Amino acid sequence: MRAPSGPEIAVGDVLLSVESVSLSFGGVKAVSDVSFDIRKGEIRAIIGPNGAGKTSMLNIINGFYHPQQGRIIFKGKARSKMRPHEAAHGGIARTFQNVALFRGMTALDNIMAGRALKMRTSFFWQLFRYGPAMREEVEHRHRVEEIIDFLKIQEIRRVPVGRLPYGLQKRVELGRALAMEPELLLLDEPMAGMNLEEKEDMSRFVLDVNDYYGTTIALIEHDMGVVMDLSDRVVVLDHGIKIADGTPTEVKNNQAVVDAYLGVAH
Amino acid sequence: MDLLYKIFIDPFVQMGAAPDLLVQTLWEGLVAGVLYSLIALGFVLIFKASGVFNFAQGIMVVFSALTLVGLHEHGVPAYVALVLTIGVMFCLAFAVERLILRPLINQPDIILFMATFGLTYFLIGFGELIFGGETKVMIADQLLLPRGAIEVKMAGGFVSLQKIDIAAAIIASLMVATLAIFFQRTRIGRALRAVADSHRAALSVGISLEQIWVIVWFAAGLVALTTGIMWGARSDVSFALEVIALKALPVLILGGLTSIPGAIVGGLIIGIGEKIGEFYWGPLLGSGIETWLAYVIALIFLLFRPQGLFGERIIERI
Repeated sequence: MRAPSGPEIAVGDVLLSVESVSLSFGGVKAVSDVSFDIRKGEIRAIIGPNGAGKTSMLNIINGFYHPQQGRIIFKGKARSKMRPHEAAHGGIARTFQNVALFRGMTALDNIMAGRALKMRTSFFWQLFRYGPAMREEVEHRHRVEEIIDFLKIQEIRRVPVGRLPYGLQKRVELGRALAMEPELLLLDEPMAGMNLEEKEDMSRFVLDVNDYYGTTIALIEHDMGVVMDLSDRVVVLDHGIKIADGTPTEVKNNQAVVDAYLGVAH
Repeated sequence: MDLLYKIFIDPFVQMGAAPDLLVQTLWEGLVAGVLYSLIALGFVLIFKASGVFNFAQGIMVVFSALTLVGLHEHGVPAYVALVLTIGVMFCLAFAVERLILRPLINQPDIILFMATFGLTYFLIGFGELIFGGETKVMIADQLLLPRGAIEVKMAGGFVSLQKIDIAAAIIASLMVATLAIFFQRTRIGRALRAVADSHRAALSVGISLEQIWVIVWFAAGLVALTTGIMWGARSDVSFALEVIALKALPVLILGGLTSIPGAIVGGLIIGIGEKIGEFYWGPLLGSGIETWLAYVIALIFLLFRPQGLFGERIIERI
């Protein structure tokens, strides 16, 4: 357990709140009437059995999907429709369940791509790589190198990511998200498909990001052990409906959650 | 024996006997190659950024040239017409993004490919409706493109270089250089390469797909306009030009679908190979050689380098 359980850990202001959001694809309800909030500085886990609507929820938060009902309030501003690149501008970064990297680029370039939004110099200077453009490039490169050190991927920075093993690809993807200096970081199964050692590494990175950069994190995870260790609060979805919300201990002892995971005896 | 001699020995004897003719043929091949390169370049730009094989690239060449000439026929001064045509190509890029790409986002590639067929026939119909279907003459003089030829004493004879061809080569090189710098060095260039690799990931780091698509389609439109002017100045402007777009196919096979240098080198190889083949082997094989030789060259390359000269070798992890 990360810290003594109790609501007092997550006393920060609400950074994002999801209010009665529903999403369906044709007749299939992916998410129905779900509400919860994410507070500044916490690690919030979203868990649930397969098909519970977790990834849909994440896709709603960063604008890949637009909910039919309900709204998202991020940093005090309500929105019904936000495109993904606008979410990115607003400070939401994410990683994907099955790694989405720029495969043809090196690890370094991938992480640099995360700085795309922060680059401001005009076209003209960029064409000649001179003056302000050069200074800017160096400055961003400096930030990126910090992230590379942080994630301990120095030796692979020049390797095209398509050639890296899966665990490292996930780490580069995390690096790219961090390069955006997000306020809210969404991690979709950051430890899926990893062995125990890689999982432990990744857990430590997630905790360090939270501590060191103070980034608020929302993550989806299947491994209950990991969820219990990492998260401050947990929201549980099942078939698109929220069935529990609370500290890891509360959730673990919740009968509805146990039933959802183990099936109900009839 | 006689046949073998004619195939393997005689053409080279001829080349040696009249080097000035060889240089002339090479030059003509090079010029045709430049135009093939430009068409292939249009394909590559769009394919890299959106994964769409744009069947309409050939017709965009005709459409832009037709718009330019058509506007001039309606009394618009040549340079104003040029600027207006550039504007039309921008509107086209914008409309393509709004009306075709955006509604079809996340659809399989084949659907987008089919959509560009639709675009092709729309542009043919729309172009004919507005400017008429008859053959037109490119306003080369009004655009101050040079005409006539210069004779250069070279290789023991005279080689004749059309001024318009020299201009075409220079303009094409400048265009390619500008595009290369643009895509290698600028923020938009980096965003473009990111989009080419993964749409989802590009969106998640805050790159706007819509913006990038408009930019590449506009760039492809400008390339098409340049091609249209150059090609139109050498022959004339009609929908028959569309068939040259098919020549881009062997060029793309040769150069690789995703490589800008590949498109250029591929275009030059096809152009030169075609002219040399036609001139030296043509009499032996019959006059139709130009229509199929490009495909044969491309096929031979394909046997040895399936990813093309500069294409990315795709290694899938299993």
